[in-house]
Amino acid sequence: MSTLASPIPPLSSEAPAWQRATEEPAWIRRLLIGIALTFLGLFLVLPLAVVLYGAFEQGLQVWYAAITEPDALAAIRLTLLVVAIVVPLNLVFGVMAAWAIAKFEFRGKSVLITLIDLPFAISPVVVGLIFVILLGSQGWLGPWLAEHDLRIIFAVPGIIIVIAFGTMPFVARELIPLMQQQGKEEEESSLTLGANGWQTFWRVTLPNIKWGVIYGVILCNARAMGEFGAVAIVSGRIRGETNTMPLHIEVLYNEYLFTAAFAVSSLLAGLAIVTIAVKSLVEWRDERQRHPAAA
Amino acid sequence: MTLALRQPSVIPGFGITLGFTLFYLGLILLIPIGAFLLYTAQMSWADFWQAVSHRQVVASYKLSFGASLIAALLNLVFGAIVAWVLVRYRFFGKRVIDALVDLPFAMPTAVAGIALVTLYASTGWVGQYLEILGLRVAYTQLGVVVALTYIGLPFVVRTVQPVLEDLDRELEEASAILGANRLTTLRRVILPALLPALLTGFALAFARALGEYGSVIFIAGNLPFRTEITPLLIVAKAEQYDYPGAAAIGTVMLLAAFVLLLLINALQWWTARYTRR
Repeated sequence: MSTLASPIPPLSSEAPAWQRATEEPAWIRRLLIGIALTFLGLFLVLPLAVVLYGAFEQGLQVWYAAITEPDALAAIRLTLLVVAIVVPLNLVFGVMAAWAIAKFEFRGKSVLITLIDLPFAISPVVVGLIFVILLGSQGWLGPWLAEHDLRIIFAVPGIIIVIAFGTMPFVARELIPLMQQQGKEEEESSLTLGANGWQTFWRVTLPNIKWGVIYGVILCNARAMGEFGAVAIVSGRIRGETNTMPLHIEVLYNEYLFTAAFAVSSLLAGLAIVTIAVKSLVEWRDERQRHPAAA
Repeated sequence: MTLALRQPSVIPGFGITLGFTLFYLGLILLIPIGAFLLYTAQMSWADFWQAVSHRQVVASYKLSFGASLIAALLNLVFGAIVAWVLVRYRFFGKRVIDALVDLPFAMPTAVAGIALVTLYASTGWVGQYLEILGLRVAYTQLGVVVALTYIGLPFVVRTVQPVLEDLDRELEEASAILGANRLTTLRRVILPALLPALLTGFALAFARALGEYGSVIFIAGNLPFRTEITPLLIVAKAEQYDYPGAAAIGTVMLLAAFVLLLLINALQWWTARYTRR
């Protein structure tokens, strides 16, 4: 403030005077950093710490026993099965949607992008309900499914469908802006030089979007493993059969088996940490490519 | 036919990629949503109205909308401060903190739920101190706000951050040279430029909070008329096989989500004019 009053601003060792006119006094800076760190500490660091503390409080052996107990193993196996189907599906969808949207100009594109965002906006509980009403025994297709001896709701296929719905946008949302930003010149030159469409995709496009694909897949995977509200409605919570990891955590918690609940939670929390670590890595690489000198 | 709809290009694969995209969207998204809305439409108006205006349901709307609004406002204020601090200041551990902001986005909601209730229960690490101050968080409406704040935390930070990074420092210099102090510059130069991004982040956090289920149910305690959120009522009705009742309330939530999505799209379009990327 005082720098504005005096005609020749006093020199400071920290920053040039012209910069200080657009900077806050040190105490305000410290106050704001303090507020931000307190807020993030309370809402991000402590919940994570409480999960890890709860999981390992009684030692590694108790933790290991909790995650290798038969119901926990069944939940882990089911969760892995579900993501092994859902993630490749949404990966193919994401790459195809991004290709269509980024490489071509067509009518209704913005409507299409909004539709892809739709699952973000819908409550997971409503997602589950939609499929119970459509495919459940009392639902529209229920009698037909029963006639053909197909069980979808309160069984694994229902879980796969609702998770595919809920995690549909992740790869697409990662790739659309990335591919739009990269334009289509490289693909056009590749095609002009005689490569066919497949060769162009594998050798030109894919190397360019590789890191976006990796982050999209990891985020999609983390969200698929953690999906809760929608699965809670369609799974029927049959222990050892249709309980995914989050549902198993709920069961354990409601039975006051807190250490076991936190032990299974620690696996998913670890996955969440890996996910944000990969995101930082991808962004850091991106930054270095854009401004090589700065980093 | 396709040529009339799109501009010609040498790049192949338009038909198959757009075709698959529309097929997948239709099969998983549009047909089920359409069928769901049709199912609700078959209910008589009286039944529908009775289901969506029951006293217990109305109490849950008040809590869901109210708590989501408060949580989004908290995220607006603190998210703006976090974004500002991350873009403008240098301090130890900044990179790690920046990365951690995305944690609620990657953390399963059930895990967040049991972590928050353990933390804020009257015996928890934070709850025991709040208890001394006379604040009870777990199993109260305040607990719902805490869970929804957690869930919405990344949105304001991540929408404001890029706009703030692109903001021209020269505008602030010009403002200072013209005699404005820092507060006036903040109010008249910086905030107007950040406004669309702030509103977008606020709306995203609000929309996410409104539909949230997993992180809330553990800390809320789920007392009828007091701490029951609307998504919980939908689950309860579905578990009792009251599908028409659940569908009626679900339709209200779905329509609210559509309106919010349109609003967010408009806000994002407005934000895009302030970023040069």
